[in-house]
Amino acid sequence: MSDSTIELKGSAFTLSVLHIQSNNVVAVAEALASKIAQAPQFFLMAPIVVNVDKLNGEVIDFALLKQQLESLKLVPVGISGANDEQKVAARAVGLACLSTAKEQHPQPQQQNNDGQQTQIRYERVEVPVEVEVPTYKPAQVLRQNLRSGQQIYARDTDLVVIGTVSNGAEVIADGNIHIYGSLRGRAIAGAQGNAEAKIFAQKIEAELVSINGTYWTSEQLTQCWKKSGCISLSGDSLAVSDLEV
Amino acid sequence: MARIIVVTSGKGGVGKTTSSAAIGTGLALKGFKTVIIDFDIGLRNLDLIMGVERRVVYDFVNVINGDSNLNQTMIKDKRVDGLYILPASQTRDKDALTREGVERVLNELSETFDYIICDSPAGIEQGALMALYFADEAIVVTNPEVSSVRDSDRILGILASKSKRAEEGKDAVKEHLLLTRYNPGRVQRGDMLSVEDVCEILAVKMIGVIPESQAVLRASNVGEPVILDEQSDAGQAYLDTIERLLGNQVEYRFIEEEKKGIFKRLFGG
Repeated sequence: MSDSTIELKGSAFTLSVLHIQSNNVVAVAEALASKIAQAPQFFLMAPIVVNVDKLNGEVIDFALLKQQLESLKLVPVGISGANDEQKVAARAVGLACLSTAKEQHPQPQQQNNDGQQTQIRYERVEVPVEVEVPTYKPAQVLRQNLRSGQQIYARDTDLVVIGTVSNGAEVIADGNIHIYGSLRGRAIAGAQGNAEAKIFAQKIEAELVSINGTYWTSEQLTQCWKKSGCISLSGDSLAVSDLEV
Repeated sequence: MARIIVVTSGKGGVGKTTSSAAIGTGLALKGFKTVIIDFDIGLRNLDLIMGVERRVVYDFVNVINGDSNLNQTMIKDKRVDGLYILPASQTRDKDALTREGVERVLNELSETFDYIICDSPAGIEQGALMALYFADEAIVVTNPEVSSVRDSDRILGILASKSKRAEEGKDAVKEHLLLTRYNPGRVQRGDMLSVEDVCEILAVKMIGVIPESQAVLRASNVGEPVILDEQSDAGQAYLDTIERLLGNQVEYRFIEEEKKGIFKRLFGG
């Protein structure tokens, strides 16, 4: 009945691709072994795709190739750049036939000085990854009273409450917190670590105020009780300053 | 379409059922066809306050389960025309209420009634959430002391986030504050929060202030809604509350301590 047992989704992965230019499997394996010796941990059990494009349709012993790769502690996944004949041979030994999004035709590399026939090129198939660029994120503005039991978290931004934060309510922001009514509940600014964060309130009657993990409970707020103020971090402790100009 | 009004508070024992009975009766006195539903499944009290406990045959859960129909189940009040009571079940628990079942009953009642008063149980669990979910308006009953005010604040937050209107993004539930058991003398001595204190903390429009009164206890014990006791201060305060609920401006009474000075004794008050 339930459909939740499996789910099929498409994903893109970064795979190492081994380009071979010779159908001599033993020579390929030797060249590959010397390459792996440079960074054994990097290649350990790495999934690998074999590109046979450069063989120009020559037949290769896929069974032996697979066995050699496995003995080098690689995980052969499949082949690419194959013609129909090669595909049939590869499938027969359990290798998948992959096609790259755009078929690439890398330039043949210069032969090594020792005349080695096998060229190994590693190619990273890069998947576009969204890079987080710090950008301006507008403050979260709430025009309401926050009641006991309600909790608001302004992620990566400032929080502005045009209303009152009741006893038992909690406002949290990664940036600053501005409260244009009374602050009777808890206010936690710089929640993900920001020593510059501040809490501004029209009337401070808070249960707790916290900036960057340093906090005061109402007992320590007597100096600004029921007054407006700006609470900031000064060294290791909190400090209150006037909002009056 | 009926207006659905939930009478709620969060905290228990603040006067929800007394207020539900008084407000429902008051609306019926004004000529509106009104039904009061007891949502306090398992702890039914409304029928006692309304003095109909001997006439309960079927209950709200029976209607929801389809064991009885509304006409069989609703109890018609013998004192006031157009007033009906839908009693709670004594033997079931609050989980017997399903959202679909409650909606079906409310829809059916909406066709013939002007006002549906939902008497909520205390707390913020299933029963209370069910009572307030379909509400158009809410009367939050509060006593002038800090724990009651705090719980009212909590229930106001739930009204603003978990009611059907909130979930569907419609106009918010209209909130009213009803302050009960108010004792001006104790407020003056600083034992009780004042009307201003409560209003400032809760920031909700006041709809009535009911004084602490012997009449409330007496009315409960004889099973007659206190609003029918027109001589009593509490009865009059509830009548004023009904006027405000209907949108009329009425001066507040009973919020100042009566001066028992010599002039008052001489000339009467």
